[in-house]
Amino acid sequence: MLRALTSVLLCQLVGEALVAATNMPLPGPVVGMALLFAFFVVKGGIPSSIATVGDGLLNNLAVLFVPAGVGIMQHASRIGSEGFQLGGTLVASTLITIGVTGYLMRFFMKRGQPASGENSGDG
Amino acid sequence: MADEITDIWVYLATSPLLALTLTLVAYQIVHEIWSRIERPALLNPVLISVLIIVSVLVATETSYDTYFEGAQFIHFLLGPATVALAIPLYRQFDRIKANKVAIAASLAAGSITGIGSGLLCAAVFGIDRIGFVSIAPKSVTAPVAMGIVERIGGLPSLTAVLVIVTGIIGAALGPALLNLIGVKDAPARGMALGVGSHGIGTARALQESEAAGAFSGLAMGLNALATAILVPVVFWMFF
Repeated sequence: MLRALTSVLLCQLVGEALVAATNMPLPGPVVGMALLFAFFVVKGGIPSSIATVGDGLLNNLAVLFVPAGVGIMQHASRIGSEGFQLGGTLVASTLITIGVTGYLMRFFMKRGQPASGENSGDG
Repeated sequence: MADEITDIWVYLATSPLLALTLTLVAYQIVHEIWSRIERPALLNPVLISVLIIVSVLVATETSYDTYFEGAQFIHFLLGPATVALAIPLYRQFDRIKANKVAIAASLAAGSITGIGSGLLCAAVFGIDRIGFVSIAPKSVTAPVAMGIVERIGGLPSLTAVLVIVTGIIGAALGPALLNLIGVKDAPARGMALGVGSHGIGTARALQESEAAGAFSGLAMGLNALATAILVPVVFWMFF
């Protein structure tokens, strides 16, 4: 348990250090995710203690965004004056993005996988 | 009696314990009720918890800084949780490999759509220059979005809020939209939520299935990279 948590934190730490050293446009934890993934590949599996700790964190991922979300109160004045415009922009743009991405992903997945059992040659 | 309560309040309000406990209690009550009413995406638990906590802070005249002194312990776990996304990624890796072309194509299209539609809508709604610039990277995870905005002359603290709101909008409204346009398979739903609304979208995708969560986590990471490259190029070319 303690060792698993340490492994996860180590990946994050190395990730943060790599980002700081190379100025790459990624957050440290995302690089840490890649490192942990590489570790699983080398090990040929996910050690059960890391799975326990990781699944515990991921099962509660949503609550971790609450403190940052409460930060919205710091921008109360701008939200009061421009709330409608900002809200309209975010709702429209986010839904367009999700719709386009989901639709295209489904489209390309269908093209990439011709009906099983035959190689029709298209796509 | 009232004085004693005030004394206790003053004492507790200065310790991180109160904000930490408030966050956990509020979220768990919300989550419990939400689970019992069949988990409607629209009543996103993050959104409802944030509204409750903001109300409590405003009513008690507590500043965000004071609140964050306690809440930072929860906030800190975002880093390790992001690292842990390697777990669903590894478990679903065969499925990801099998769909790598579809992932690359929908990521490229989704990333450009995220930036383009954000700027277009901001222009249509007549948002001022600072807001316009700060909105460009709204679909990617906060630390990256803030870094991008700093480079192109926006307001990073405003971007942080826009990013969070984008995440909540995507998590609350995205699943219904995907149902509406008939996108039912987990990989496509995960890609869409991850590209459109980063970590909060990924949290929602994980609630749907591990496969959706894996694709969403991957999409979130890749879109951070794509957007960090694309936004400065777009501003250099057009603005």
